[in-house]
Amino acid sequence: MPEKKIRAVIVDDEELARQMLREMLAAHPEIEIAAECANGFEAVKAVTELKPDLLFLDIQMPKLDGFEVLELIGTGRATVFVTAFDEYALRAFDAHAVDYLLKPFNAARFETALQRAKERLGEKSSHPLPAPTELATSARAPKQYLERVVVKDGTRVTIIPVAKLDYAEAQDDYVAINSGGKIHLKQQTISSLEAALDPTRFLRIHRSYIVNLEKVAKIEPYTKDSYIVILTNEVQLPVSRSGHTRLRALLDQKTQP
Amino acid sequence: MHPLFARLRNLGLYLLAWIAPAAILAYLLKASGGMAWSEALVLSFPLCLIYASDCLAAWYPCKVTPLEQSGFSRLVLTHLTAAALMSLVWVGIAKALAFALERWAGFSGLSQRLSSSFALLWTTGVLLYILSVTFHYILLAEQATREAQARAIEARVLARDAELKALRAQVNPHFLFNCLHSISALTSSDSARAREMCILLADFLRATLRLGGKETITLEEELALIRGYLAIEKVRFGARLQMEEEVQNEATSLLIPPLLLQPLVENAIRHGIANLPEGGIIRLGAHCREQSVAIEVENSFDPESPSSMKTGVGLENIRQRLHARYAEQANIVVSSNDGRFLVKLHLPAQLSSAVIPAGAGGEAERAVEGPAVASRVTTS
Repeated sequence: MPEKKIRAVIVDDEELARQMLREMLAAHPEIEIAAECANGFEAVKAVTELKPDLLFLDIQMPKLDGFEVLELIGTGRATVFVTAFDEYALRAFDAHAVDYLLKPFNAARFETALQRAKERLGEKSSHPLPAPTELATSARAPKQYLERVVVKDGTRVTIIPVAKLDYAEAQDDYVAINSGGKIHLKQQTISSLEAALDPTRFLRIHRSYIVNLEKVAKIEPYTKDSYIVILTNEVQLPVSRSGHTRLRALLDQKTQP
Repeated sequence: MHPLFARLRNLGLYLLAWIAPAAILAYLLKASGGMAWSEALVLSFPLCLIYASDCLAAWYPCKVTPLEQSGFSRLVLTHLTAAALMSLVWVGIAKALAFALERWAGFSGLSQRLSSSFALLWTTGVLLYILSVTFHYILLAEQATREAQARAIEARVLARDAELKALRAQVNPHFLFNCLHSISALTSSDSARAREMCILLADFLRATLRLGGKETITLEEELALIRGYLAIEKVRFGARLQMEEEVQNEATSLLIPPLLLQPLVENAIRHGIANLPEGGIIRLGAHCREQSVAIEVENSFDPESPSSMKTGVGLENIRQRLHARYAEQANIVVSSNDGRFLVKLHLPAQLSSAVIPAGAGGEAERAVEGPAVASRVTTS
């Protein structure tokens, strides 16, 4: 019976590291290398287009790091991290990695990782995995907040530094990220985005809105006990009553250090 | 507490010094009040002993009105008021003493004779108090100098500590892991290159250990170390890593602290080249100025990468090392624009012959082997 091949993508910015994986995979005819990528952008594109079953992913790479790649492409496959840094191991397993290969590794260690990946692929359908962005949030090191937000539209990836994020609005299963007049949709809940952002710079002013405090121009009363904020680009956003209390407290803190 | 009480010897010296004013006072009392020598002496010595201890109180006003920070009028007002009051009390004590001596020691008419010298006694008291103020200011200044010296020594010890710590953390373990992984990848595909890389790595590590233990090395030695380091990284990064050198010949024999530039080059790779898919150029420059040397490490970087901003710790280390060694004579300037990151160092130009002091012969000898090892790095 001709078994369907497992399709793999190798992502590493070093040619020698890719070559080593290629060699080790050559001993496994059941695995086919669908693509090799040298940076995060290429990886997102290749995975989106080729939909591989197995991903070998380096962490420190140009453009997008391994975790950002994973956040954008989701968890619909078995991912094996390959890196020289052992301090990311916990985060990697939090992100539901199948295995974590520390460079340098030998053939036996590689076989173990491959075995685990095959087991994961076999049980794939029975365990629905959590949404990728929630994973990225839980995999973030404590006290470390987002420095940039990555958004994928088809195979196009946009990187938004958080300083340029004006506000975010909840829209069903998505958040609309507003930055410099442009809107980027990202599949994520507004609560998980809130948790990932630095609370001294960003505030949830309303059930549906997170605002960048640096962009707030003024706060004005709207009805008897509700308020609106006006941003520097003249956008007006509603503020809930509890949001107003928190906003006042934060802004007072900032003006009198 | 008053510093004189800290050592009994100093207190003794202080009291001894008061014999002179006591003798002068006795003479003045004799001359102006018409006292006998015995009367003048029996009055002046106890009076001066009392005043000597009174004048120690000047310590406190001196401390709260430091010379450099207090205005002239405040100084004059504080100390003159204190002097007038202290002296007035003193005259009162003199009066009581004279009265007691007259009553119980048979110096009849002593208070009478003293009363004609009240003005003189008061003036002497004021002058003595001001003398004491001067003495206390000198004491305070000396204490400040000693404290400053202690602080300077402490700062040096701290700086030395920081430098040692920096050197120990020099070889980044991840560099080693990545390097070993490359070697491991090469063993099957190109064993000759794998062996070559082992040797490059061994040479680099040996040079790090050898140079790291020295006080100073020549710029050429440091450059050779960097070339060895880049040769290894070149195996990993391939065509992505390019290197340019613009080093003036005169600059190569100048002395610098060991492993000063290698961390900068390592940063240039980690935070610059490694984040660029197409790679980039690292430019190393060194130019002699009149009394100093300007060294530049410049690299391409991706302004959007978060890792580009995390260069702080390594640079801070270098800043501290430079400050500990050269104080204000050296500086480090960091700038970035248009995708280029530039670190500029200025240090005093030290020449090998000028700085090797007596007793450093062994070091000089070892320094001579440097370039030989270095050339092996580049040719092997």
